[in-house]
Order: sequence, then structure tokens, then C-alpha cells
Amino acid sequence: MGKINLLGVRKTFAEVVVIPSVDLEIPDGSFVVFVGPSGCGKSTLLRLIAGLEDLSAGHVLIDNQDVTDFAPAQRGLSMVFQSYALYPHMSVASNIGFGLKMAGVPKAEIDKKVAYAANMLNLTEYLTRRPGQLSGGQRQRVAIGRAIVREPKAFLFDEPLSNLDAALRVQMRLEITRLHQSLKTTMIYVTHDQVEAMTMADMIVVLNRGNIEQAGAPMELYESPKNLFVAKFIGSPTMNIIEGERAQKYGAPTIGIRPEHIKISRETGDWPVRVSIVERLGSDTFLYVEAEGMGQLTVRAEGDLGAKPGDQLFLTPDIGRLHRFNPKGEAIRT
Amino acid sequence: MARKATTSRRLLMTFLAYAFALMLFFPILWMVITSFKSEADAIALPPKFLFFHWTLANYIDVQARNNYWRFAFNSVTLSFGSTVLGLLVGIPAAYAFAFAPTKNTKQILLWMLSTKMMPAVGVLVPIYLLLLQFHLLDTFTGLIIILFLSNLPIMIWMLYTYFKEIPHEILEASRMDGASRWKEIVYVLSPMAVPGIASTVLLNIILSWNETFWSLNVTNIHAAPLTAFIASYSSPEGLFWAKLSAASTLAVAPIVLLGWFSQRQLVRGLTFGAVK
Repeated sequence: MGKINLLGVRKTFAEVVVIPSVDLEIPDGSFVVFVGPSGCGKSTLLRLIAGLEDLSAGHVLIDNQDVTDFAPAQRGLSMVFQSYALYPHMSVASNIGFGLKMAGVPKAEIDKKVAYAANMLNLTEYLTRRPGQLSGGQRQRVAIGRAIVREPKAFLFDEPLSNLDAALRVQMRLEITRLHQSLKTTMIYVTHDQVEAMTMADMIVVLNRGNIEQAGAPMELYESPKNLFVAKFIGSPTMNIIEGERAQKYGAPTIGIRPEHIKISRETGDWPVRVSIVERLGSDTFLYVEAEGMGQLTVRAEGDLGAKPGDQLFLTPDIGRLHRFNPKGEAIRT
Repeated sequence: MARKATTSRRLLMTFLAYAFALMLFFPILWMVITSFKSEADAIALPPKFLFFHWTLANYIDVQARNNYWRFAFNSVTLSFGSTVLGLLVGIPAAYAFAFAPTKNTKQILLWMLSTKMMPAVGVLVPIYLLLLQFHLLDTFTGLIIILFLSNLPIMIWMLYTYFKEIPHEILEASRMDGASRWKEIVYVLSPMAVPGIASTVLLNIILSWNETFWSLNVTNIHAAPLTAFIASYSSPEGLFWAKLSAASTLAVAPIVLLGWFSQRQLVRGLTFGAVK
């Protein structure tokens, strides 16, 4: 079991309000990603759940038990840190087994559990090494192993992949997802990378200045963002935002259209534009174009269009997938 | 040509460095040499450098007059005793300063260190009276407490600079793993800070070993360390340079050897944090 409830959680550092008030329910067994720009309070929120920071107000409940005043270890949670935070003077086996040793588990049982976790994470042959002798990916797996053996109610990940190179990051992303599928334990994952959020999460929580802007399934956030902030934060490349006269034509002071929801033609269309930059990824092409009265727009086309900088094109937005926002930046639902 | 210029420049610098080092080392060298002279040779003018009658007589006399080994034992007891006490208080204190800092942490650290700048003689009378009241004059306990307290600020400061270099997240990880504060210090912090703790211990032993002011003022026979042993040679029957040198050589030899073998550790400790 691992249901977590946050009730009116507030955190201030001296006079600075980091998290005004957060209410959130994290269902048992779900994979929840906290995402937002740096300084949005996502790591602080995770640390509040972990017990590494004290709440200024509110309550944290785990399986309906109020753990607000519990020490970190008493909460039955495991955490994987951005810097891995391995104990450099201990072997891999001791690192993984440290939590069990602290809990007074008999040595034979520690060995058994460490062997099991090591096997699961392909670390068996490294058990006698020190963290300093391992690669970044292996270190991260040791950190995950240390979290697994304690059989926690929930795993907390604090930007665990940001110290890895791009290729390894994709691989570890898959491994963590696979781990979640096999353990079915609640996972809370903090990242500033919306790709990680989209690909891994059951539920994404978008944070901005300590407030939850929107929480929901990845596709829900992608398809119907509640406000401009979420609209711009989720999706890559970023949604095109158009304001003023051009937007009014579509019945709102501000409209948004994703780069993949724009039709491109060489002959005719709603918006005449001029290509400024072409980015070819192979499977698709991103065109950065200058549109009169709208500034720069991004368009995504499948395959290679053969467009060159300076070409004249015509764009037509898919009206059905247009996002409309009121002057406050909130989505207008029809 | 530029290359040649740098070579001669380097030669000059090397020569200067050696000259300077010799200048610093010369008093100790002279003391050791003098300890092997007869009293007549020791005060001879012009001074005799190497060509004199080498003798061990001074060492035999010194050992005969007072028991060197007893003073040496006292020095060891005092420096180790004060160092162990210092660690027991210094590690938790430095932990608190490094990992739970408040707005005033820096000021408190500086204030503590500033007590080292006060001349000891300023508090001689009150401390003397306190020791007298508690019957601690000329006891190990009395002098150990004084040495421990007078070196504590430096110990805390050194341990603090070491602890500050240890990533916070590692300690948080151990907290998540269920380590209590105490286990965190014993299993995680201390092993990681071993180099820092070692150089702190070393420096404290050296400082305690060389401490003279309090040793002379609050000890007499029972707890007197080697510094008091040397001092006993200076006045009563005039100056006996050769015997004084022999006594001094005996007194500083253990600590010089300790420092010699651990100089790498010591230098690293004293400059730690200066360069990343």
C-alpha cells in the first residue's frame, strides 16, 4: 500500500513562501511526476513528503495515517537523489544493505535481499566495488537498489537522471518504468524535463511558484491544458501562442496551437509565412517560420518537406485542436 | 634565450628556498649538535660546528638528574587525553555548525576562535584559583581539562571546514535509511571525514605537546610534561647549554618524528578547503 495525501501543505523559509498551500491525492501504485521550471517548489514538495523538511502548515498522510511529525525513516519511504548520494566509503553491497542494517535486520537476510536487488539491477558482479569505481549509470542503479531493498510504501525520485548523458537517460527511464511495472509500488518522480514526465507518468502534476497548475494524465494535460502555463510547459516543441488581432479572429484574446496541429501548403492557407530555420530530425522536420503579425511560429511536419530558409509557405491551423485562453490565461472551454 | 633565463631563475629560486629552509631548521640542528658537546665546547668561541669531541654524557646526566621517561609518559597522557576529549565534544559541535547552521553560526565560530587570541596570562589567576578550589592543581585531570578547552575552538573550526565539504544529500540518504543522528555520525560522517579528523587529531596532539604556559603554572611534580622538564634546566644552577640541549632534543624528538611521518596529512589538513 502506498496512498499519499497532502492536505494544505505549506512551506516557508523565513519570509519566503515556497509552497503556499498544496492539496493532492496520490493513489496507491501510481507513477506521479512533479514537473515544473526550476525553483517551482517541486523538489521541496518531495522533501516535505520524505520528511527531510518540516512542514510550515498542513498534513502529510500515508495510507490515511498522519505522518507529519514522523522522522524520514519512520515513514516507510525510499528516496533516490539527484547526486545518487551513495556512501563513498562502503562497498556496493553495504550501500544497498545499509538501511536494513540500521533497521537491525539479521545479516543473512540482508545478504539475501541485497543479492536479490543486485540481480534485478544487473549489479551482481559489482557488489564488492566502491561507488567511485562505478559509472554514472551503475551508481544510479545502486541508489535504486538501496531504495528497493527496504520494500518501501513509495519511492521518491529527485531528478534522478539529470546527471546522466542523453543515451543513458533514455535507458534508465525505461528501467525505472519497468521497475514500476514489476513492483507496482507508488512512485513520485521529480523532474524539470517534460519529456520524462510525459513518457513515464500515470499522473503529471505541473507546479509553478509552489502552486499546482494542473494535475492529470499526460494526454489530458497535452490535449486540454487548463491554462497558458501548462499549455506552454507540456509538449515539445512548445505550443505556438498567438495574441491580438490574429487571435480575435478565432474568438479569443489568446489562442494556442501545437506545432503538430498545423497544416502546411505551398499554394494556399490561412497564414502566409516565410521559413527562417529548418531542423530535420529524420522522422520529422521542425520549421521555424516568420508570420506577419504573429512573430515566430513552430511547425512540425512528417518526413522531409524539402523546405529551405526563405521559402514562402501557407499554414492552416486545425480549428478543432485550437486552444483558446481568456485574458487571465485560463483556458476557455466550449 | 627565454628558456635559459627561466632555468637560471628557477635555479635561483631553488637556492633561495633551500637557504630559507636551512635558516628555519638551523636552530634545531644547532640544538641537536650542541647536545653532543661537552659544556666547554658548547660555549666555545668561535663556535665549533662539527669538529669537537662527540659525547653522550649529557644524555646520561639528564636521565640521571630527572627521569625523562616519566615526563614523556605525562606528555603522552596529557596530549592524548585532551585530544580524545576534544574529539568527543568537537565532532558533535562541528556537526551542528556544519549541518544545522543558523544565522549566528559564523559569529559563534569566530567568537570561539577569538578566545585563542586572548593572552593566557589574563585568565591565569581565576583558573589557578578554580583548580585550587577543586584540588586539581598538579593533576592530569586539571591540565587535561585546560588543554582540551584551550584547543577546542581550533578543533571545532578544523572539523567544521571538513564537514562542510561533505555533501548534504549523503547524510539525508542515511536519514532516509533509518540512521539516527548518532549512527549517522558514526557510520557515515566520520568515515568520510577520516582525513580531516586525522589531521585535527595530529594538530591537537602537537599543540598539547608543545603547550608550556599552563604546564609550568599549574603543575609541579606529578603531572609535569616534557615542556616543564626542559624549563627545569634553564635557571637554577646557571646555564648548562649542552645539558639543556640534550633535554630539549629528548623533549621535541617524539613530536618532531610524529610530524615528520605525517607531514603530508598535516599539510593537507591545514590547507583543506583553501583550494577546491
